[in-house]
Amino acid sequence: MPAKLKTAVLFSGGKDSTLALDYALRHTSVKCLVSLLSENPESFMFHTPNISFVKEQAECIGIPLLAQKTKGVKEEELKDLKKALQAAKIKFGIEGAVTGALASVYQASRVQKVCDSLGLECFNPLWQKSQFGLLEELQERKIRAIVAGVFAQGLEGFLGRKIDGRFIKDIMPVVEKYSINPAGEGGEFESFTLDAPFFKKRLEIADSLILDRGDGARVLKIESLKAVKK
Amino acid sequence: MTGKILVVSTCEHELHYFEFVRPVTDILENACFEFKVVPLAKLGKNHLAKAEKIIICGTSLKDFGYLKLAERLSFLKSPEFEKPVLGICAGMQLLCLQFGAVLEKNMEIGLADVFFSEKFLGLESKMQAYSLHNSAVKDSTALRRGFSVFARSEKCIQVVRHLQKPFYGVLFHPEARQKELIENFAKCKL
Repeated sequence: MPAKLKTAVLFSGGKDSTLALDYALRHTSVKCLVSLLSENPESFMFHTPNISFVKEQAECIGIPLLAQKTKGVKEEELKDLKKALQAAKIKFGIEGAVTGALASVYQASRVQKVCDSLGLECFNPLWQKSQFGLLEELQERKIRAIVAGVFAQGLEGFLGRKIDGRFIKDIMPVVEKYSINPAGEGGEFESFTLDAPFFKKRLEIADSLILDRGDGARVLKIESLKAVKK
Repeated sequence: MTGKILVVSTCEHELHYFEFVRPVTDILENACFEFKVVPLAKLGKNHLAKAEKIIICGTSLKDFGYLKLAERLSFLKSPEFEKPVLGICAGMQLLCLQFGAVLEKNMEIGLADVFFSEKFLGLESKMQAYSLHNSAVKDSTALRRGFSVFARSEKCIQVVRHLQKPFYGVLFHPEARQKELIENFAKCKL
């Protein structure tokens, strides 16, 4: 049996990158998580609400985290991503990067270019996955995430909810009424993962507040988290 | 349901299967086509006998393992073999290699404008397609002896069809933005 390829997983703390990590753990040897901490709340490529809590998530998972600050300006973000992956290559000898890219050719091709320039393999195991298929797979893989930000009309009531079977059922009529992407990849909502089978401890939100950004945009800002024994 | 489509994976690493093969089988599944997936390294006569059509999928930028397995597709040269074949990216390269074409280093990552000179499996005129390749089929007399070119991007040949047989090749990845091409291939009498 050949040695498993050493990888870094681009991890934003949300459901998609958690599912990508789940794939990476099954098929590669994951050496570290790489997160870009965007200082721009409207980051082009990287998920932002509660991004500072990836540290707590990485601790619960038990995989080293390489966090790279970024101003979150379009092309600068890519330079910062390159810097972070370069650091992962030096520190952990990674041979490839795994992303949770689903449908955005914009996001996927830019990460492909960064990986190519560093001589890294690039894996996108969720690529072109159907939106409901993705939500269902989260249930199958027992990934527990909540809605941590809503950015489209009709979704206000979903803020803070667990993404579970009932969520999938309840979001159906809203999706149809407002033509929303149910997995939130168009930026309609953001998620935050609290637990998965590979988490050694699960997370609970100890304190949070709701920020209203107007026009139906609301964010569940986590103030503190508690790691709980499983 | 119109019979079995054999989907050939050219991916060397199992994690790439989800990116280059699963999106193709999802399209077939949604359109209710029966299919079977086989890795190129294990492709044998028994698979070919049962298949009505064949789709050869692409793989990642850094994966060149498929080039060592080109011989597995030598059945395409047999005069008796006339089942429809669609080669995507690495699959197109392998298809053209069987008929004497050569590859050249040619990289495209991201959306490329593809210009069609003729209608091809439902696509025509100009469109943006997702390209992800490190090599392309060189435009040469060797290629033109076996294939006609249906579309190009600024950098290379994107779409070919064999002159005598129902063998189709696309360099871009239709599973991203041109899903109908795969459905049309599966659906049409070719």
